[in-house]
Amino acid sequence: MSHIKNITLKIWRQDGPSAQGRFETYKVDSVTDEASFLELLDVVNENLLNDGKEPITFDSDCREGICGTCGLMINGQSHGPEKSTATCQLHMRKFTSGDVITVEPFRASAFPILKDLMVDRSAFDRIVESGGFITAPTGGAPDANLIPIPKPVADAAMDSAECIGCGACVAACPNGAAHLFTAAKISHLNLLPQGQAERYKRTEAMVETMNEHFGSCTNHGECEQACPKSISIDVIAIMHKDYRKSKLKNRKELARNK
Amino acid sequence: MAQVINRQRGPITGSATKARKKQPFLLDLYSTSVGKKYVMALTGLMGLGFVLVHMVGNLKMYLGREDYNHYAEFLRELLVPILPRTVLLWILRGGLIAAVLGHLHAAATLTKMNREARSVKYQSARDYQAATFASRTMRWTGTIVLLFIVWHILDLTAGTVNGGNFVRGDAYNNVAHSLNRPLVAAAYILANLALGVHLFHGVWSLFQSMGWSHPRFNKWRRHIAGGLASVIVLGNISFPILVLCKVVEVHA
Repeated sequence: MSHIKNITLKIWRQDGPSAQGRFETYKVDSVTDEASFLELLDVVNENLLNDGKEPITFDSDCREGICGTCGLMINGQSHGPEKSTATCQLHMRKFTSGDVITVEPFRASAFPILKDLMVDRSAFDRIVESGGFITAPTGGAPDANLIPIPKPVADAAMDSAECIGCGACVAACPNGAAHLFTAAKISHLNLLPQGQAERYKRTEAMVETMNEHFGSCTNHGECEQACPKSISIDVIAIMHKDYRKSKLKNRKELARNK
Repeated sequence: MAQVINRQRGPITGSATKARKKQPFLLDLYSTSVGKKYVMALTGLMGLGFVLVHMVGNLKMYLGREDYNHYAEFLRELLVPILPRTVLLWILRGGLIAAVLGHLHAAATLTKMNREARSVKYQSARDYQAATFASRTMRWTGTIVLLFIVWHILDLTAGTVNGGNFVRGDAYNNVAHSLNRPLVAAAYILANLALGVHLFHGVWSLFQSMGWSHPRFNKWRRHIAGGLASVIVLGNISFPILVLCKVVEVHA
């Protein structure tokens, strides 16, 4: 076990949602290379508490890369320099002694900063809510393989379902767009037979809810690089196609129901 | 929250914060960023088709004055005698002008939307991983191309900045005289390089915006964009270079 020494952290501190923020500099003399980035912040917070100062507020929960709660802008990249990795799974061995590390919260108008590095990502919940339900029979557990799903389809849906909703895509997007998140959620269900009944209602509602909060996609591809689950921007193309179909099909349905 | 199919506007949700107003179908489609990107893609495709045909048409310059001017006259006589002379040409021009206006409006409104989506910028430097020079400069290369188009029309269609040698109907004469001015030729080359950079991202981007994605063919989309951009730029910048090198003779 070796140690990373003499780390300088420039961390965004902001007392509240409407307060003026600023960078503050903290020194960490030594930390084990097995520590995760969040554990580094824990060390900083311990020191702050010992000095009777206010610790840094940041989000974290499972610390094993599956809950989507943590998320920091580390040296200008969502979740830091390591690919396909959430902040909690980013280890200090990826840094070298003497590094200066800049940490900022995810920034988007739809993700207001609550305090320090913590942001409110409930705009994502609005998008998911607007997707509504799928028609699934309730009651006893259904038989396994009752609905046959070809393996490639199941795999593609699983790739989309990997999304943990961390918001790294929005944070990385130069336009503050949530297309990768929304498209992952839409394609996850739209690819599967169980998702077909509400497919077009869901797509229209989710895209239009997304539109209320977020920016537009200019196909830079930054989201794909930032995604801790490496979700491909191919899902965005699926959403773009399904939105058009949704508008046409829903319009026809409305005309029928007159 | 459950979806409701609503007579006024289709699926709405309990969590919608803004009531979407009822409006004609195409305007409703255009009101979202995804709809605006369809307009970006389709008007861009029209522009791409134009610049490609424009470049191929101009290659007639290498066949000489007679062939070049014959092609110019052919464009004026498209669909004659079904339509009177120049009518289809004006219809095509109208379509292109509409495409440029649509492209501009979508670009302006999307840019505004994107600025609002991150009203407070990052306070430290970003480290971009995938964004290319082309994708980051679309706004600027687009502006250069737009200014060039205005100047290009004044130069070779209206003849007002052609340097006193403009002869209406003698397209070969006008092009050769215009490009024989080194500063004009340099501006022409620069504008076409900007066009190439714009197309390199734009052509790839339009497949994504339209949802034209296919796991088997997706790797071709970058190549199609690079290939088309290169062909168009190489064809277009060959004209000023070869005019300045006297390969294309001004008084042929």
